[in-house]
Amino acid sequence: MDLFEYQGKQFFAQYGMPVSPGEAVQTVDDAVAAAERLGTPVMVKAQVHTGGRGKAGGVKFAASIDDVREHATNILGLDINGHIVENLWIEVASDIAEEYYASFTLDRAAKKHLGMLSAEGGVEIETVAAETPDLISKIWVDPVDGLTEEVCREWVAGANLNPDAVEGTVDILMKLYTAYSDGDADLCEINPLILTPEGKVHVLDAKVTLDGNADFRHDLDEYDATQKRDEREAAAHAKGLQYVGLDGTVGVIANGAGLAMSTLDVINQVGGSPANFLDIGGGANADVMSGALEVINDDPNVKSIFINIFGGITRGEEVANGILEAMKRVTIDSPIVIRLDGTNAEEGRAILAPELNDMLRMETTMLDAARVASDLAK
Amino acid sequence: MSIFLDENSKVVYQGLTGSQGRYYGLLNREYGTNVVAGTNPKKAGTDVEGIPVYATVGDAVEATGANVSCIFIPAAGVKSAVMEAAEGGVELIVAITEGVPAHDEAWFFNKLQRDYPNVRLLGPNCPGLISPGKANVGITAGHIAKAGGPVGIVSRSGTLTYQALYELQQKDIGVTTCVGIGGDPVPGTSFIDCLAAFEADPDTKAIMMIGEIGGSAEEEAAAFIKDHVTKPVSSYVAGVTAPPGKKMGHAGAIVSGGKGTADAKMEALRDAGVKVGLNPTEAGELMAEIVAGL
Repeated sequence: MDLFEYQGKQFFAQYGMPVSPGEAVQTVDDAVAAAERLGTPVMVKAQVHTGGRGKAGGVKFAASIDDVREHATNILGLDINGHIVENLWIEVASDIAEEYYASFTLDRAAKKHLGMLSAEGGVEIETVAAETPDLISKIWVDPVDGLTEEVCREWVAGANLNPDAVEGTVDILMKLYTAYSDGDADLCEINPLILTPEGKVHVLDAKVTLDGNADFRHDLDEYDATQKRDEREAAAHAKGLQYVGLDGTVGVIANGAGLAMSTLDVINQVGGSPANFLDIGGGANADVMSGALEVINDDPNVKSIFINIFGGITRGEEVANGILEAMKRVTIDSPIVIRLDGTNAEEGRAILAPELNDMLRMETTMLDAARVASDLAK
Repeated sequence: MSIFLDENSKVVYQGLTGSQGRYYGLLNREYGTNVVAGTNPKKAGTDVEGIPVYATVGDAVEATGANVSCIFIPAAGVKSAVMEAAEGGVELIVAITEGVPAHDEAWFFNKLQRDYPNVRLLGPNCPGLISPGKANVGITAGHIAKAGGPVGIVSRSGTLTYQALYELQQKDIGVTTCVGIGGDPVPGTSFIDCLAAFEADPDTKAIMMIGEIGGSAEEEAAAFIKDHVTKPVSSYVAGVTAPPGKKMGHAGAIVSGGKGTADAKMEALRDAGVKVGLNPTEAGELMAEIVAGL
C-alpha cells in the first residue's frame, strides 16, 4: 500500500525523524491559507503515487503567497504519469547544502533487509545504480538481529558523506530501520535526505509502501482511504475479489492467480486483448461467480467474457451449477465462453451442455476458448 | 523415489480443528497420507474423526513420531506456528496460509536457517506438495496426479500446478513429487532447493518448472540449471502480458522498475537450455516430447 509523501512524513515523524512542518490541502484557497499559517517561503508539492513529480512540474518553490496561488492552481489537476493531482502538500522550504539518498527494502534474493545509502541524492536511485554503483553504500540486515548502531556507523562511513552529516544520518537511519521494521514496510525511502547549511540532517521527501498483509498489526484504514483505484478495481475490492483493470475487450474470470495471469497471456497470444485480471480463488460457487460477473459486466469496454476454471478440489459439477446460478442473478450483456477442465470436468460440461447458445459457449481447451472469446470481442 | 515427502512421512496438522485444517487434513488422510495428529492448545485430548489432538507440535511429535507439520493457522499466528513446529522437532513444515506479512516471512526464514538448519519450510502461501501414490500434504487435488514418475514438478502458482499435473495425467505421464513453493516474496523453499533435490532423485528423469512474474527466482533457477542440472527441464512463466506496478494476485507477482518481467525470465531459462512453452499446455507438450525421448 503506497503512502502519499505527507503520510510518509507523518509516519516517519512518529519514529522521531526530523521532517518539515506542513499541511495537506485539496484546493487553491486552502493552499494559500496553509502557506499564510506556515509562513513563506514554502514548497508546493503534488501528492501522487508515482515518481517523477519534479520533472512533470509537480514540485514548486513559492517565495510569496502569490507564488503559492499560482503554483497550486497549476499543479492541482495536473496529469503526472496518468495520475491526476488531487492533493497538495504545502511545506516550509528548507535550505539545502547537500542531498543524499537513504532507503530500506526487502532483498528477495538475499532474504534480508537491504539498506542503501548514497551521497548522490535527489536523483532516482536506479540511475545512480546504473551509472555510478560505487556511490551506493549497501548493507544487508538479518531481520533476527536487526540493525545495531555499530553496524549502522560502518555503513554510513562507507558512503563518504560530508563529516558534518554523519551523526545526524546515523540517528535518522536507526529510526528509519525501526519505522521500516515495526511498521511492516515494503519500502521506506528518503530522497533526498539533506544536510542544511546549518549542519542539520533532515528528511525532505518520504516514499513509504506498507505491507497490506500486516493490517492485523496496524491500522491502515487512513491510508486505504486514499488509495487510487479505478472504479472497477474499487467495486471488485469491495466484493473481496482480486482484480486488476486493463484496457482490452475480453473480460476474464479465472480461479487462481497463476491461471488468471496465464489466461491473459493466452488471450494475447491469439490476438485478443484482456480487459482485466480477476482471480476468484479456489472455489467457484454462485455467490463468488455472480460477484465476478457483475464487476466484468459493468466494464463498458468488455465485448466478450472468458470464464476459465480448473477444478481441483472443487468439482466440475459444482462449478457448472455455480455459473448457471450466477447467470440467473446477473443479466449479462456480452457473450460468455467457458472452459472447464480438471476434476469431474465431463460432469460439469454435461450440466452446461443443454444451456449453450450464442451467448453461452463452451470450449474444451484454454487456447480454443481464448480464440473464440477474442473473435467475439472483435 | 520422491523428494521431501513419501509413504513414511507422518504428518501433524496445526489448525486441524479449524474448518480449513479439518477439511484438507481429512482429504489428505483419505488420499493415503499418514495423518497422525492435530494441534490446538485448547482442545488437547480430543480428536478429529479419530485423529488425536495435542496441545503443541512437540507433544504430537513425542506421542506419534510425526516428522512433518502442515500449517492451517490464520496469518497472524503463522510466525509462532512455524517456530513451534521447528522447536517441536519436525523435519518439514508446510505452511499453506496466505497473507503472511513479508517481515514475518523474512524473520522466520533467517531464524530457521540459523537455529534449525535441517528443518525445511515450504511456503507460506503455497498449495503444499504431493508425492503421488504415497502422500499428499496441502490443498492439491490428489486424483489429478498420476503416480510413479518420471517427472518432478516445481511451481510458484497453485492452479497452474494443478494444470500441469492434469496435463501430464492426460498424457499418461507420472510424477515423482510435485512441489508448490508459493507466490510470496520470501518462500521457505526455493526453485533451486527443489531442482537440486530432483537432480539427486534417481526416479526423477525430467523436471517441469512453472514460474511467474516478479522477483528474480526464475533467473536464479536458470543459472542453477545451467551449472548443476543434467536432467531435461520444461518451463512456463505466467504473466507475459502483466502491466508493470500491479500485483497480479500473489504478493510476489509484480513487475517493478522494469525488473521481474516474464520475458527476461524466459530468456534466462532458454539460455540455460530449458524448453520454454508460451502457455501451460505448450509446456506440457514439451514435457511429453522430453519424456518420449528418455
